[in-house]
Amino acid sequence: MKGIFIINSEKKELEFEPHKRLLDVLRENGYTEVKEGCREGECGACVVLLDGRPVNSCQVLAASVMEREITTSKGIGSLHNPHPIQEAFAEAGAVQCGFCTPGMVVSTYALLSENPTPDDEDIKYALSGNICRCTGYVKIIKAVKLASKKVKENGK
Amino acid sequence: MEGLIPESLNEALDALSKERFIPVAGGTDLMVRYKRWKNLTPALPYPPLFISQLKELKGIYRENGEIIIKSATELSEIEKSPLVPSILRKAVSQMASPGIRNMGTIGGNIQNASPAGDTLPPLYVLDARVVLLSKNERRCLYIYEFIKGPGKTERLDNEIIYEVRFKIPTHTHEFYRKVGTRKANALSKLSVAALAQLNEEVLEDFRISFGAVAPTPIRRMEIEERIRGKALSKLDDHLIDEIAHAYEKHINPITDQRSDKTYRKKVTLRLLKAFLYQIRSR
Ligand SMILES: Cc1cc2nc3c(=O)[nH]c(=O)nc-3n(C[C@H](O)[C@H](O)[C@H](O)COP(=O)(O)OP(=O)(O)OC[C@H]3O[C@@H](n4cnc5c(N)ncnc54)[C@H](O)[C@@H]3O)c2cc1C
Ligand code: FES
Ligand code: FES
Repeated sequence: MKGIFIINSEKKELEFEPHKRLLDVLRENGYTEVKEGCREGECGACVVLLDGRPVNSCQVLAASVMEREITTSKGIGSLHNPHPIQEAFAEAGAVQCGFCTPGMVVSTYALLSENPTPDDEDIKYALSGNICRCTGYVKIIKAVKLASKKVKENGK
Repeated sequence: MEGLIPESLNEALDALSKERFIPVAGGTDLMVRYKRWKNLTPALPYPPLFISQLKELKGIYRENGEIIIKSATELSEIEKSPLVPSILRKAVSQMASPGIRNMGTIGGNIQNASPAGDTLPPLYVLDARVVLLSKNERRCLYIYEFIKGPGKTERLDNEIIYEVRFKIPTHTHEFYRKVGTRKANALSKLSVAALAQLNEEVLEDFRISFGAVAPTPIRRMEIEERIRGKALSKLDDHLIDEIAHAYEKHINPITDQRSDKTYRKKVTLRLLKAFLYQIRSR
């Protein structure tokens, strides 16, 4: 089947099987910044924004979200034009292997849009579905706080 | 196998009256249940009928002293809505993770009828009713009549869960506890939801439900009856022990990868007692 999706603010017509997960449709169409970890909704590597709200794309059938807005970490900021959240993750040392980072960035973006100055508890709650095997989370929490400061200063 | 993306609830009900489909709301249970290896699409047994886009199935309303939650309302909406009693909001806020709560729906949690389904114990104590629609009929069942066993409900293949509704509770005491391995993304080892109403030293109402310690959530009206209407002064240690004892034979947990049955039973009874002590100390 064919469907229109608005991915990172661009209208795209994609061809896909009706039973496909959003995760697979995105990755097969070049959005490989969306990572596949557990495929069970547990790890958060595949988190994207659906109309601004984080969802685990491995748990979403693509057919059920046609015509809607999908944002990946590259839609938030790119290598040459990073978002303050992405800068903060790099600066705070919150990236080791980097596999969890796209999902972390997307969840952080959703958090800061609702709550620009989260405390530790808010951060833990918002990132509770994002698992990291490397960092031990301390630096991730630091990164989110740094991001919050940067976003405020940038007005972005 | 093509699916159907209906534009209205009538179109969905019409399709269900002619052919068997599997309704897909958030898909968060279905995707796990029917998952296959990498790159294979999930193996649904019937064509999917997508319902999460149907406006008729969305929203939370107050009407004549009742709260109505439409079936395809996402868990995250329920968690945030000031119309929803806090006992249900608390339970929902401890389910899964933010990304799953943004897709997963209350109708999906009910129809899934998992022993560990976390909206069920609060819905049991709220005396919630489930409204089912088919092309020519509307049925309304109490949640404890609707849920039949693990994965089994009264829903017929041609029916859609339309909404859940319950009277706005007027309790003075509330208790919700979920015990899981960790805070996020952990299914319940057990959960307890309870409401009580104290009026001038009299326990006018008492309702309690236990999740994940039997094939379906437990609610025993005949035991509740034994303390309903009692003066608080009668709620002594002896009576509390008696009540705990009465529940004990209904609490039949299993041992599985999440927990063991002795632990589950012990903690459940302790939480029951903790709530009764809490009422006694006002
Ligand atoms: C990582 C993860 C963590 C989870 N954690 C929890 C947890 O802590 N607690 C918990 O209780 N659950 C948990 N779940 C399970 C699941 O997310 C919930 O049960 C959710 O509410 C299901 O809703 P859904 O809309 O996604 O259901 P779907 O998968 O869309 O549907 C589930 C079932 O209900 C049927 N159905 C759905 N809507 C209707 C309707 N309106 N009418 C008729 N039939 C319908 C479907 O056909 C299917 O059989 C978790 C799931 C995942 C993946
Ligand atoms: S791949 Fe989706 S949550 Fe792990
Ligand atoms: S940096 Fe490796 S998983 Fe998080």
